[in-house]
Formats: sequence, C-alpha cells, structure tokens
Amino acid sequence: MHVEQSRDIPPSGITPESVWLGRRRWLRQMAAGSLALGMGGLARASAGDGPTGPVLPAPPNARWSTTEKPNSWHDITTYNNFYEFGTGKGDPAEYAGRMRLRPWAVKIDGAVGKPMTLDLDDLRKLAPLEERVYRLRCVEAWSLVVPWIGYSLSHLLQRVEPTADARYVVFTSAVQPDVMPGVRQRILDWPYVEGLRMDEAMHPLTLLTFGLYGHDLPPQDGAPLRIIVPWKYGFKSAKSLVHIRLQAEQPVSSWMRAAPDEYGFYANVNPSVPHPRWSQATERRIGTGFFASRIPTLPFNGYAESVAGLYQGMDLRRNF
Amino acid sequence: MRSGVWLRVGVHAVGLFPLARWVVLGATQGLSANPQEFLTRSSGVWALALLWAVLCVTPARRLTGWTRLVRYRRALGLYAFFYTVLHVIAWAIWDRGGAPAAMWTDLWQRDFIGVGAIAVLLLVPLALTSTNGWIRRLGRWWRRLHWLIHPAAVLSVLHFEWMRAGKNDFLEPRIYAVILAVLLGVRLWWWWENRAKQRFDQHRLG
Repeated sequence: MHVEQSRDIPPSGITPESVWLGRRRWLRQMAAGSLALGMGGLARASAGDGPTGPVLPAPPNARWSTTEKPNSWHDITTYNNFYEFGTGKGDPAEYAGRMRLRPWAVKIDGAVGKPMTLDLDDLRKLAPLEERVYRLRCVEAWSLVVPWIGYSLSHLLQRVEPTADARYVVFTSAVQPDVMPGVRQRILDWPYVEGLRMDEAMHPLTLLTFGLYGHDLPPQDGAPLRIIVPWKYGFKSAKSLVHIRLQAEQPVSSWMRAAPDEYGFYANVNPSVPHPRWSQATERRIGTGFFASRIPTLPFNGYAESVAGLYQGMDLRRNF
Repeated sequence: MRSGVWLRVGVHAVGLFPLARWVVLGATQGLSANPQEFLTRSSGVWALALLWAVLCVTPARRLTGWTRLVRYRRALGLYAFFYTVLHVIAWAIWDRGGAPAAMWTDLWQRDFIGVGAIAVLLLVPLALTSTNGWIRRLGRWWRRLHWLIHPAAVLSVLHFEWMRAGKNDFLEPRIYAVILAVLLGVRLWWWWENRAKQRFDQHRLG
C-alpha cells in the first residue's frame, strides 16, 4: 500500500499519458517550427491509443522499478522486433493478432527434479504478480521504458527443483507457421531460442512477464508470456515461450547461429563494445520527439549495481 | 509536345512523391514510434530507387526508340542526389548526434557506412557537373565522368545489403541487386554486340 502511495501516477492510470505526451510533443514541434517540414504529429493528440485487452492488475514494485517516464502504450505496441511476424517494426502489430494464445502450455524440463507442463493460469498463479518499470535497450541502439507485469523467474525455477547439472536455462518461443509470415521466410532457424546462465536466470531482475500497462501482454509484445532481462539487449528476452529447459551446456541461441561474430551469448548492454552495425555508445529513447538528442548508454543498461557482480573476472569484450 | 508535358509532370511527380508521402505520414502518425529511423531509412531507399530509375533511361530509350526520355534523366538524377543528401544528413544528425568524431569512427568501423560514403562521394561530382555549362565545358569527358554512376550504384546496393546483413534480412537489397544486374547486363551486352559489329565491319572493309 505504501509503495502504491509513493507513486504520483499508478502506471495503470497512464492511459491518457500518450494523449498529453502527444500534445506536449505537438506544442514543442510547433514551437520549433517543425511543422514546416511536414513532420508534426497532428494526429497523435487525438489517437485513442491507450491500453486495451483483458485487465491484469498488479501492484508496483518500487524496488526494481525505474522512476523514468514509461513510453506510451502506442510506442510499446507499434514498434516491435518479433521476426516470426516479419522484419518490419510494424509487422508484429499487424500480424501477431492471429497467433493462437489459448490453450497455452509451457513445458519445463531438463536438469530438474520435477519436470512439469503448466498452463497459463497455473503459471500466473505461481507467484504474486507485480509491476516493474524497466528500461529496454535494443541492440539497434534505441530504447524504451516499459511497465511490465510478472514475477521473478526464480519462483518458477525453484518450483521445478534444478539439479546440480542445471547451469543454463534455454527458452524456446512458439512457432505457428500458418500465422507467422516471418517463419515461412526463414530469416532465422526457427524456433527462436535464447538462453541465460543459471545465476542470470535466478537474478530477481529477470522477470517472467505476463502483462504490460495493467493489461495482458499484447501479442506483438510476446503474449501470453515472455522473459525480460533488462540489463541485456532486447533480443535476449525471448517472447511467447513454450519451453523452458535447464541443462549443463551453454546453448547456441538463434542469433548466435545466424551471425556468431555479431551476437554473443551474453549480450549485456555495453557502451564500450561496439556492434559491427551499431555503435553502442548512445541510444535513441523512443517517444522523445524529433529534436531530442541521443542519450548515453549505461553499462548493463543502468543495472550495473545489481548485476555487474555476476560477471566478475570475465572479459566482457570477449564475452560480448 | 503533349507527351513531353506529361513526361515532365510524371518525372517531377515521382521525384517529389517521397517528400509528399512523408508529409502525409507525419500528419497522420504514420512515421512509426521512431520517426528518425523511419526517415533515415526511407530517404535511403528512395535515393536508391531513383538512382535505378536513372539507370533505366538508356535501356528504355533503346527499347522504345523514344529519344526524348534522355531529357528527363538529369531531373531524375538530381532527385536521386537530393534524397541521398537527406539520407546523409539524417545519419549525421540523428544517428551520430551531429558529432564529427562519431561520424568519423562510424565510417571506419562499419563497412556498410564506408561503402555508402564512397558511393556518395562518387555522386557528388555528377550532381555538380549536371548544369548545361559543365556539360559544354567537359565535352566528351562529361560522359566519361558520368559513367561513375555505375560503381556508385553497385556500392549503394552493397551498402544496403551489408546494412541488412546484421538482421539476416536480404529480400529487399537482393531485389535491387537483381534489377541492377539486369540494367548493367543489358549495357554490357549492347557494348559487346557493338564491338562485335565493328569488328565485323572492319573485317569486311579490310
């Protein structure tokens, strides 16, 4: 209760935020004369782009939340990388709605004492849901601030009783070829596979995520459940999970397989290790308008205090 | 005469279409949540498409016998250069924050930026010498200089291909590459045919 009161605006009440943000942006652009360039956001102020879908309430967790202003629902749900649905940023919003979300089951097996298959309702009830406002940094050098809803993955992992062999966790995303145009294009080896080291997966920041802005995760953001690892580049946070496997060997992720020189296993946000395609020193915060300058990228996406210890003694240039 | 007017209108309509499209998209929330990225990419794609349109002029003229087409090649070329300049400005300001050091590093650190920069450098003299005065002054050298559009086109498509390599997404650059291969292929074919014919004529004369 105290936590709730300490926040001026509960994130679930930010529905009109996109509206006033848009209005502010419009005013700023007017002032800067950008409408002469034809790049004003006239329609933004009127677009009804607040959260939609079934409500999923959860109290905010201030301990693990940033106080930065979350992006609008519109930004978070129209600008996505979800290659199963195509490589365009707008493709997921256009096509992901066709994904079959019910029934949904997740198999958890491998180096565990109690392998199990849980449906979505079981998974949601496994631990109390909470809202966490995380920064999300994409490897393409843009970022968002997102109010996710979920619980620490460690709750689920403890439930299946990992054995001594459980050193890595492998996440596998759903494949529904008939509704996923990107899967038919063979951009990657499907299904999408990602992985974490066990200590990374057990870290309280690693969030098993079911919702966004007080609602169910929209399909384009990885419905019905995904992983969120806020100190790593976005591609590490696999969407629409169907299988979680614990094992002794380090897995080869989809992106490592596709371009081993460009995508490593760790993919920790690191401004001093440039990607062959993007400098990682700065990032563009989505939704800050035409004239906002790029902001410096922080080591571990600003979560160094909590997670840098996991990598003590490791050469992060080699283990990129 | 009439068809000339329509051709001229058509060329300017094509050249100004991307700009008009951005205006409409900007007014209707259509530039995505990352308008800077959208405009950077869009200007690049339109520069490429218009460069390809320029390269279509000569084959189209030969196939249709419509010599008037050549008159609009300059306008198409300048539109292509216009979008190229916007593309470079977008990269410099939005991607590199207007910082010369960041631009310089990008040029040397990233192959796709490097080849893109060479392509732009090749196009600059072509745009500068597009006036009637320069065409007259350069005489036969004008044609030789403007042959540089070919390597510029090849480097541009390489720039696109390498940019997309990071995301394993080659469909669009390969479509451009195939069209370019056809456009350069027919030139090579005609050149070879022409040479063979000349040899044959020489042989007969001899």
